[in-house]
Amino acid sequence: MGGTEVAAATRAEQCVVALAECFRGDGEIVANPIGTVPMIAGRLARATFEPDLMVTDGEAALVAGDEAFGWPSGKVVEYYNPYRSMFDIVWSGRRHVVMGASQIDPYGNQNFAAIGADYQRPKAQLLGFRGAPGNTVNHATSYWIPVHSPRVFVEKVDVVSGVGWDRAAAAGRAATEYLDLRRVVTNLAVLDFGGPEHRMRLVSVHPGVEPEEVAAATGFPLATAPEVTVTRAPTAEDLRLIRTVIDPDGLRDREVR
Amino acid sequence: MRSKIIDEEAVVAQLEDGMCIGIGGWGSRRKPMSMVAAIARSSLRDLTVVSFAGPDLGLLCAAGKVARAVYPFASLDSIPLEPHFRQARQDGAILDEPWDEGMFVLALQAAAWRVPFLPTRVGLGSDLVRLNPRLALVRSPFADHSELVAVPALTLDAAICHLNRADSRGNASFLGPDLYFDDLLLRAAPARRFVSVERIVATPDLLAEAGTELRLRIGRMMVDGVIERPGGAWFTSCTPDYERDEQLQKTYAASAADRGAWEVFRKEWIDVSSEEFAAKVAR
Repeated sequence: MGGTEVAAATRAEQCVVALAECFRGDGEIVANPIGTVPMIAGRLARATFEPDLMVTDGEAALVAGDEAFGWPSGKVVEYYNPYRSMFDIVWSGRRHVVMGASQIDPYGNQNFAAIGADYQRPKAQLLGFRGAPGNTVNHATSYWIPVHSPRVFVEKVDVVSGVGWDRAAAAGRAATEYLDLRRVVTNLAVLDFGGPEHRMRLVSVHPGVEPEEVAAATGFPLATAPEVTVTRAPTAEDLRLIRTVIDPDGLRDREVR
Repeated sequence: MRSKIIDEEAVVAQLEDGMCIGIGGWGSRRKPMSMVAAIARSSLRDLTVVSFAGPDLGLLCAAGKVARAVYPFASLDSIPLEPHFRQARQDGAILDEPWDEGMFVLALQAAAWRVPFLPTRVGLGSDLVRLNPRLALVRSPFADHSELVAVPALTLDAAICHLNRADSRGNASFLGPDLYFDDLLLRAAPARRFVSVERIVATPDLLAEAGTELRLRIGRMMVDGVIERPGGAWFTSCTPDYERDEQLQKTYAASAADRGAWEVFRKEWIDVSSEEFAAKVAR
């Protein structure tokens, strides 16, 4: 490797790689990761192993190029994508979104609308339902939780904005037909819904994290994969792309420490 | 040729207590803030506000004008949560009618197409069906027999939008990255459709400035009144005419936590004439 020392991956960089892996095999769809680390991850996936992905500029275009924030060498637009046509993409299923969650339950029901028992007078008003109900029943959805804690991973969410496996099943075929909850990536681990009855399950822990630490930070009993592995570490090329091309200003480290 | 040029006070004069008002733009982008401010300082009350919401909804909540919020999200973009709206919600001061973003588009589309509802799978399994009293379930009459959400037409009593250019008859253009759903909001209102713009130009100059017909998306059959108000979207963005005034947005946001600060903001930006508002913005 030419003798150049590469600094060890930070936790944020580890999370970028774990999120990038969510898009493996997706092909020619819109990868729409929301948030700083997920945006970097979408670019990394396209730059390394998933070259057909399309990504947004955060406004009204799908763009080429690997940079996540700003276009020092000029923005290359592939497709004009105002909000009007975004819903055409969502409802056609050719999208994989990564959303955040203020609460998420064992079946993947997600809440970022409001916290509290009385919806008409919440303890904390959050974003609203945004596109979560429509995203979840139409195309692949993964979640990004930068701080894995029992306040987020709860037995029951106050409001269901993103639809989980059990609620979709109860609502019938039109709700389950395209429901595709993939993974939950956190600062500690990677989880999926491969447990009994699509319950959340621990798949891998990030280097240096013990499974017990994940269990303690989760507010419900977690199923575990037959073999819990260690999340793939970034390659030297991953780190070069993240540090010098995709996110040269290090915005990732503000979201995860 | 009939000119439709009016001012904000003439808009307010055509609105009534309890009306359902659609507001254009998206988040803290191209919001008709000069018209919103005029409504905020009027005696109007008990309004239903329909919006991809930002400071339009927040400011009207803070001014005590809102009975019901009909919205898929409320955000200031660079400040993720709308603080005045949050305050009103957490005080239980308004009724909340939640929507999914795309489902909201269907409701406006149904109104624009004059059909009672449009079907979708969006909303199934979520708490929208429980929390939004307008929604209903409907069974497909076709072989699939699947159960879907019936999204009812969201017909507006009035619609207000801010665009970049218009002529005096109400043809208007957007020059920024996205029209958002301004055309749909104007079509979802059978009457009282008002557009403020940065500049009124002669009809041939609409295309000359836009550079392409694709930006002439508001036709005069969709508009009843035009207001020329440079800076009329302030402090929200109105690219390419101006970007968001982040400093003023911060001042606005901070005033949610402090009654005194809100009174100062209100005195300076709401309880002034539309001309004074524009003059402050131009500085």
